[in-house]
Amino acid sequence: MSRYFYWCVALAVLLANPLNALAATDADLQAIREQIQQLKQNYEQRITQLEQRLQQAEANSRQAESVAPQAQTAAQQPTRSGTGASSESGFNPAVSLILSGTYGQFKQDTAVAATGFAMSANNPGYTQGLSLKESELGISANIDPQFRGVATFALAPAGGISVENAFVQSSVLGNGINLKMGRFFSGLGYLNEQHAHAWDFVDQPLVYRVLWDNQIGEDGLQLKWLAPTDMFVEVGGELGRGRGFPGTDRQNKNGAGAGVLFAHVGDDIGIEHSWRAGLSLHETRRVNAVSTGVPDLLSTAGGVSNRFSGDSRTAGLDFVWKYAPNGNIRERYLKLQGEYFRRNESGLLTYNLATTDSYAVTQSGWYLQSVYQFMPNWRTGLRYDQLDPGIASVGALNAGNVIGNYAFNPSRLTWMVDYNPSEFSRLRLQLARDNSRQGLPDNQLFLQYIMSLGAHGAHQY
Amino acid sequence: MKTKQRVVSVKANPRLSEGYAVARKILYAFLLLLISGNVHAALNVFACEPEWAALTQQLAGNQASIYTATGALQDPHRVEARPSLIARARRAQLLVCTGAELEIGWMPVVLRESGNSAIQPGSSGNFEAAQYVSRLEVPTRLDRAEGDVHASGNPHIQTDARNFLPIAEALSKRLIQLDPANTQLYQQQYTAFNQQWRVAIARWEKQAVSLKGVPVIVQHKGFPYLNNWLGLKQVAELEPKPGLEPSAAYLGSVLNELQQHPARMVLRAAYQDGRPSEWIAQRAHVPAVMLPYTVGGTPQATDLFTLFDDTIQRLLEGLK
Repeated sequence: MSRYFYWCVALAVLLANPLNALAATDADLQAIREQIQQLKQNYEQRITQLEQRLQQAEANSRQAESVAPQAQTAAQQPTRSGTGASSESGFNPAVSLILSGTYGQFKQDTAVAATGFAMSANNPGYTQGLSLKESELGISANIDPQFRGVATFALAPAGGISVENAFVQSSVLGNGINLKMGRFFSGLGYLNEQHAHAWDFVDQPLVYRVLWDNQIGEDGLQLKWLAPTDMFVEVGGELGRGRGFPGTDRQNKNGAGAGVLFAHVGDDIGIEHSWRAGLSLHETRRVNAVSTGVPDLLSTAGGVSNRFSGDSRTAGLDFVWKYAPNGNIRERYLKLQGEYFRRNESGLLTYNLATTDSYAVTQSGWYLQSVYQFMPNWRTGLRYDQLDPGIASVGALNAGNVIGNYAFNPSRLTWMVDYNPSEFSRLRLQLARDNSRQGLPDNQLFLQYIMSLGAHGAHQY
Repeated sequence: MKTKQRVVSVKANPRLSEGYAVARKILYAFLLLLISGNVHAALNVFACEPEWAALTQQLAGNQASIYTATGALQDPHRVEARPSLIARARRAQLLVCTGAELEIGWMPVVLRESGNSAIQPGSSGNFEAAQYVSRLEVPTRLDRAEGDVHASGNPHIQTDARNFLPIAEALSKRLIQLDPANTQLYQQQYTAFNQQWRVAIARWEKQAVSLKGVPVIVQHKGFPYLNNWLGLKQVAELEPKPGLEPSAAYLGSVLNELQQHPARMVLRAAYQDGRPSEWIAQRAHVPAVMLPYTVGGTPQATDLFTLFDDTIQRLLEGLK
């Protein structure tokens, strides 16, 4: 048929140009041959394309066939709801709202920082008396076959909205690669990525409070890779603007302001035990970080304001181990977790915003906690916290006014019990003996409710 | 028609046709190489629940390397996205799960963290068994006040043996689609399973004739498919709402109810705490029957066939 077709084309060309045809030279013939050749190639290309499309169509119809309703032998009139894969929520994004409130009873002023950490973050995350906690509004959905979007807005009780998380995540890079872009909780440590409603205690461990301002969030990107092994081995890195403490929000500058590297390994031991361990590194350059109310050697009333510029490097270790009889976490389970962080800062400290000299210190902290679900719906937990403010090397100019050695390790012991009427609600009682401020020990009592309504996404390990 | 065109056009230019033929040969050789590479490498299957691992085993024989994500004594609603699950999902070529939101509390995280594009929802590597059967108890009212309800119907489809017929057919097709080199094997396995299973269903239905119309109490709404199949009549549930723990007061009211509508036995799945069933069973003077629920739920339920042998055996014993 093809040959016939080409001859027809050639004939048509000849007929259309009879004069030229009569005066056909070798060159003309050559041109015609080339044309025919081109046509032929064109033709073959199209056949191949058609073949491919046919194969695709066949494959599709095969798939459709397999999804098509299968006659069921059931005697009753059964209901069939949709033949497509169930998705989190039609085309509407999944919307969730976390409602939480506390009652706090304690003596000491929360504005006083843990001893030796006056130049660190100090937001305890709780207040005296009855109070509403941040309401957390979450929206998430697949954007297209390539991306998924997640946004979490924190509605402050006093009014105002802050963007807690707003990121897009690729889901189809394959090969174990995961990419996140936007504002997200850093993947360092174990607790950092967990949202407040999933915490096992009312507040974060002291080490998270002073070294990460409870939870470090970054604006930037995160790349993770999961190794193709039976054991869970994951490595990841982040570049951010240094928005979250200890970063100082790099402004009017190109490049990145903070970097994170982390690695996690984990596995099961039988069906009853599972564990995960991790290593994290964080680095940022702090620029003109001003701290107020810092005590000094001169015992200035109300403390002084200091300014620090320099490098901040933090390394952390984390582990979690979980045990459930028969692996059934609905009945009973035990969770043991601990983290250790160590931060080195070195640079220039300006005492009282006036006298500048070198300053370097290594601070660290750790916690160990365990939560035991002793019967369905009921859990109890115990946590021990400790911080080490370290001994600072202070430049000669400031040796007489900056405190280099506090000789006190802040600590705290916390106990909690919570009742979970369902997966979506939790009521908690927490008692703590807080010894984080030298000479100001405190007994604390908290009552808390945490409820989640709407779509509730799966929790991380 | 298309082959005819191809043959003639190839003839039109012998030199081109030779080049074409060589190119094709290379292509075929390459494809053959790819396929032969797969012949020895077993298909990596991630089964969410033991019953789907067992079914895949029936349909793929040694051709599949199967990892089972949950145990028979684990509540399938309450599983954590453990690191081991994420690591196993990373290399899986086929995910075989119940679907219908049974795994909604953990699977989304596993899928997201796995970084495996082949098994994401909607792709051919993601098989949801519940799509191939008619689901019961699809709620008309979606409200969390109703407890842990599943929007797409009750997901505990594995308690009706008949459900395995359409699921096996669909799963076999999926295996062939993912691993066409072993089409013949999968077809043979399916044909054999289909035959044996139909014979077994007839046997089970005959054995279970005396169960028809028997009133039962269930601990969790986990048996509508079993009831539908064998004709058991569910008169009460021990969970006030699906997924919520029964309180003593609620159990008391169930007991009162039982005075009016007596039941013959209390059913629970192997993974469930036995205490509520035992409590009611003692007071209502009826036997508490623990059913394997899935493969591995009892020592006797070692595969799909023995799962139903044992289920019916235990039900009949409860009737005595």
